[in-house]
Order: sequence, then C-alpha cells, then structure tokens
Amino acid sequence: MLDRTIIGILISAIAFVTVYVITPSLINALTKRNMVVKDYNKEVPTMVARPGGPSILAGILASELTLYAFFPSTEILAIIITTSLAFLVGLVDDRKVLGGWFKPLALAASAIPIILLGVYVPHLAFPLFGMVKIPELYLALIIFIIPIMGNTINSIDVLNGVASGFMTIASFALTLCLVIVHNYDVALASLPLGFVSLAFYKYHKVPSKIFPGDSGALTLGAMYGTLSIVGHVEIIAAIALLPAVINSFLFLSSVKRVIEHRQIKANPVVHTEDFKLMASTDKSAPVTLVRLILSHGPMTEKQVGFVIFKLALFSAALAIITSFMMGIKI
Amino acid sequence: MKGTPIFFYIFVMWLLIIAGGGLLVSIIAPISINGFGKLDHLIDSIVKAGIAMMLVVLWILILSKIKNWIFHKQISH
Repeated sequence: MLDRTIIGILISAIAFVTVYVITPSLINALTKRNMVVKDYNKEVPTMVARPGGPSILAGILASELTLYAFFPSTEILAIIITTSLAFLVGLVDDRKVLGGWFKPLALAASAIPIILLGVYVPHLAFPLFGMVKIPELYLALIIFIIPIMGNTINSIDVLNGVASGFMTIASFALTLCLVIVHNYDVALASLPLGFVSLAFYKYHKVPSKIFPGDSGALTLGAMYGTLSIVGHVEIIAAIALLPAVINSFLFLSSVKRVIEHRQIKANPVVHTEDFKLMASTDKSAPVTLVRLILSHGPMTEKQVGFVIFKLALFSAALAIITSFMMGIKI
Repeated sequence: MKGTPIFFYIFVMWLLIIAGGGLLVSIIAPISINGFGKLDHLIDSIVKAGIAMMLVVLWILILSKIKNWIFHKQISH
C-alpha cells in the first residue's frame, strides 16, 4: 500500500508538472503559427490558442508510462492506447472540419484495443441490486462508451475553463469511487486524469489562454471512459458526468439529430450590452445546459462556469453515494 | 438558488438509473429462454438485449417528459 501511495504521488506530480510546464510553450508555438480562434464571449476581440490537446496527452502519457514502468498491466496499456487514438481523432477534427458522424465512428474504433486486450469484465454492476452478466452486449457497450464519453465532454467545452474544471471534479470523484469499490490499481491509474485536468484549468480558466479543442476534450473523455470500463465502474462514472450528459441530452432532444455545434444556425446564448451571457429568445435555438442556467437572467461567463461546477460537485456526491451503495444488496 | 431545477433533474436521473438497474438485475436478467436447442443462448441474449433497448427508449421518453415538466417555464422563455 505504501508503494502505491508513493507511486500515486509521483505520477500525480508528473501529470500536473508536465501540463503546467508544457502548456505555455504550446500557447507560444500555436500563436506563432496563427493557430488561434476567436473567443466570442469577450467584449474586446480576443484570439485564443487552440488546441491544447498535445499538452494534455503529454501529461497523460508521461504519468501513465511511469506507472507502467512500476506496475506493468494490460489495463494501463489499454488506457494509453485508447486515449492516444482518441487524441488523434480529435487532432484530425481540430485541423479539418469533418462531418457530425466522423467523431462517433472514429472514437468507436478507438475502443477496439480495450476489447483486443481483454481488459473488461462483461458484467454491469448496479447499486443495491448486484450485477448482470451481458457477455455479447458488453462488447457493444464498450464500442458505445468511448464515443459517448468523448463527445459528452466535448459538448460541455463551451465556456472558458468549463471542460477542464468539470473534468477535474469528475475525475477526482471517479478516483475516490474506485477506492471505495476497492479497485486500487485502476484508482492509481485514474489519478493523472484529475491532475492533468487541474493543471490545464490554470490556463483554460477565465480568461482562457488556450482552448483544449477536440483533441483535448476527446482525450479527457476517452480516458475517463476507458477508466470506467477497466475499473468496472461504468454506472458510477456515468453518474459523475450527469450535468454533461444532460447537456448532450437536451441538445439532441431539441435538434433531433447528430450534428456538430458549429452547424447550429441559431445560437442558444446571446450577449447583453455589458457583454454578459443571456439565454436566447429564438425558439429555433437548441436547449443547452448553459441556456437553462441563464433562464433566470444574464450572468457573466465566470458565474455560469461556477454554476456548472456546483452541478458537477452534486453529481460527484451522487456518484460517491452510489459507490457505497454498490456494497449493499437488497 | 440559480439552477435549482437542474439539481432536481440530476437527482431524478440518478433515481431512474438505480430503478432501471434494479429492473434489469431483478426481472430481466433471470428470464431464461429454452426450447431452441443450440440457439437457446443466442435467442436468450437477443431477447434480453431487445428488452434492454426498449427500456432505454422508455427511459429517454420519461426523461424527456420530466424535462418538459421541470423546465417548461425556462424553455418557453
């Protein structure tokens, strides 16, 4: 246990320091190459570097490879390979605008190493009622989980700091849940995700100096999804992501098809004269989490972000309660 | 408090997940289909997967109704 604690501290430090140190250089390199996008929520026209995915992946790889050197396991290999493939899918999407179905299909292919390495248990565990064996169905579930988690995180990346801050909360909640269900090895492997998100938040928070882009958001989401599979905590992981799930659900149920956010014709959020965010009155605009939060009145970008973080903390608490409920059978 | 209906919606979703899990584990999983020889296992899996998918659709419909009920005022603004 002492070994695991020391290694846990080491890989957490590697994950945090790698992203913390690399990201400023990445911002400079992206800015020099004019790889910047407009931040539409700023009164003064502001260009922000994108994508931050490379520094996020660097932090994950540095820490997970260190962990693999101490505790070689196929679970860590699956995390590394699937996360890297998801990063590549995101990077392609960052560089070239692709159709709405490209990402789900390419991310589904990223999940194949999990199946090939056999790092899953084909049972779905539910709180209070035990588990259900679904050998054939579980393979389909793996293929679905990675695109869903990836796109769910990507869909919440709408305001400065939200995706990285949300992932920080959800990841640390997942680590705690894995400890509660006594899955210490995967809990250890999940630590870098929280620390990478936290370090990236430093540069992503209001006012953002860098955006994660699809490569960053999909990397975070795919790693989270892989951890939920190899850690056998699929339901718990989904509960910790509920605010982001609601965002995707509201969006899909209002537009009624799979499309990219850039394809939306009516913006769900508009600006007041003092450049606060305000819910759009356009009935054709999709319903999103941010639009619902703003239905009470205009708020600053930072205030909306904090409401989302409160929702993330609430979901994290529900996920932790669910973890304790896993040990109870009725 | 701002966002209170959303907290309530998350709580309802959580309850639905637990209830759905209970339904799957207690009622659907124990169903056993026999009489098809070697195809027993396959047909059993297909039937259970079909029921699970119907439950997912039902779950989405319930969520959609609850969403309209909880957020009616906000959405109509």
